[in-house]
Amino acid sequence: MYRKMVLIRRFEEMAGKQYMQASIGGFCHLYIGQEAVAVGIISALRPDDYVMGTYREHGQILAVGSDPKAIMAELFGRETGISRGKGGSMHLFDRERNFMGGDGIVGGGLPIATGVGLAIRYRGGDQVCVCFFGDGAVNEGAFHEALNMAALWKLPVIFVCENNLYGMGTQVTRASAVPDLNRRVSGYGMESAHVDGMDLLAIRALSDDVVAECRAGRGPWFIEAKTYRYRGHSMADPATYRTKDEVEEWRVRDPISIYEKQLLGAGLITDEEIRGISAEIDAVVDESVKFAEESPFPQADALYDHVYASGE
Amino acid sequence: MPILTYREALNQALREEMRADPDVFLIGEEVAEYQGAYKVSEGLLAEFGARRVIDTPISEEAIAGAGVGAAMAGLKPVVEMMTVNFSLLALDQIVNHAAKYYYMSGGQYNVPMVMRAPTGVGLQLGAQHSQNFESWFVHVPGLKVVLPATPADAKGLLKSAIRDPDPVIFLEHELIYLSKGEVPAEDYAVPLGVADVKREGADVTIITYSRMTLFALKAAERLAERGISAEVVDLRTLRPLDIDTVVESVRKTHRAVVCEEDWPMCGMAAEVIAQIQTEAFDDLDAPILRVSGVDVPMPYAKNLEKMAVPGEEDVYQACLRVTEGHRD
Repeated sequence: MYRKMVLIRRFEEMAGKQYMQASIGGFCHLYIGQEAVAVGIISALRPDDYVMGTYREHGQILAVGSDPKAIMAELFGRETGISRGKGGSMHLFDRERNFMGGDGIVGGGLPIATGVGLAIRYRGGDQVCVCFFGDGAVNEGAFHEALNMAALWKLPVIFVCENNLYGMGTQVTRASAVPDLNRRVSGYGMESAHVDGMDLLAIRALSDDVVAECRAGRGPWFIEAKTYRYRGHSMADPATYRTKDEVEEWRVRDPISIYEKQLLGAGLITDEEIRGISAEIDAVVDESVKFAEESPFPQADALYDHVYASGE
Repeated sequence: MPILTYREALNQALREEMRADPDVFLIGEEVAEYQGAYKVSEGLLAEFGARRVIDTPISEEAIAGAGVGAAMAGLKPVVEMMTVNFSLLALDQIVNHAAKYYYMSGGQYNVPMVMRAPTGVGLQLGAQHSQNFESWFVHVPGLKVVLPATPADAKGLLKSAIRDPDPVIFLEHELIYLSKGEVPAEDYAVPLGVADVKREGADVTIITYSRMTLFALKAAERLAERGISAEVVDLRTLRPLDIDTVVESVRKTHRAVVCEEDWPMCGMAAEVIAQIQTEAFDDLDAPILRVSGVDVPMPYAKNLEKMAVPGEEDVYQACLRVTEGHRD
């Protein structure tokens, strides 16, 4: 888990750098600061469980174990990208790992996750579907419709609100009449929990319980993880709507530093091992950039590929 | 051949595909206990049970999304929207999700889902319940769009739509659910993307789809009495569009009238006309005419509604204009 969090942090720092150098285009939403949420929850899953991501999903797809090289190549828009260069930063997919995509529409993933939950139940399986979304999504109609439907049918879906306090530049208190999400969700007759999104072990412990509940047919569940993105909404956002002090307050509670201290305190890791992991991850990230840079752009005929699965 | 109604033919298609493939299921408002707002799903709950015939809350976006998610997880949902008017509440799932996943995942996730909906004008249902939106869906690459006119086509096309690996919008005209026609007794399917020449002729080609096909066939009868031989091409599938069959017919007749019940602005007829003039301009002996609904929200009053909805007479007069150069 430590390794995954460091990988996400370094990968995202590199993505930001590559964006500034114009190697990456379009919108690019970094996950820095939120690492513990994806890693804590996804590490509690089995490989046959499903994950529905958001447009801030680089961290989520790295957490399911997808190849950093293929992800970086996708950001670079190359043929070797995880979505063959057709998706970009917001649309990373990995069917082999049941990662059902980054979704560029706020709240758009919730009804789909409900459908995945329905399919799991239809087949009599005991998998779960984890659906990530942000605090901005809770005021979409899709949120209401999906939560009601999932709760009505008791589907094995875990709705995870990554509450980073801002929907783009709008603070939660300026957007939600009832900012306390657990209170809102209680109206759907759904179990819910609130967790510190900077505390990996707390998230993991809660996730173990919630996943077990959903596997046992006692879903759906709602998890609110209070977290913080250190960067702006996207690379195009200087984040002038919040103070430096606020950002600093959160940085003190950095999820990676907290977990690192816990590991050191428990004698589970040494400073030397930390340095080793750091060097190793830097090499992985550098290699992903090298791979992306050396990969070809998609062939011209790829323009027309994959419009229809029937091939027309 | 057995004679069935359009509704019975659709019901048979659903029943047969659900029997043949355990991954096929039906989901929508009032499809199970109520047996369908238009009774298309009559008897399906009794045969297949609540696991495969699923009543939903009135939540069109979540219904469509549930279909998308289930399809991505490998099932074959048939999603029923009570009418196409309500499908507008689900457009994000249809356009931004169902139509996009195969492409933007680089071919990893296809969405084998059918969205069925009654479409078109009713009888004094007013402005919000009398609409056609096929041109909206046809506009979107990634979707397929089907509008059958006859019971045989309804059954055969729905079977193909369910078996298809892509999202298919399947629109059933609500005023022809009780129309009757011969339906083959044996197992068959009608391929998507293939137009059908419903009547052969030499002087003018009428290109149309859905309920307007029935008006076109009646108009062709009357034109024949006058010595004008009209060919009727039923597009059946609007996307992918079988423009080859259309162009072949126009090259033969040198005249074309394109008919839709929908509004004219940026509609299906406009698209077909654009493609004909690109492919067969030199073959034309007259400007191509179109017959469309009147460009207003649908009025309630019976007399006004009658004026707004195109019918047999409009098709007939348009054909006279392109053949004899005048209307009666």
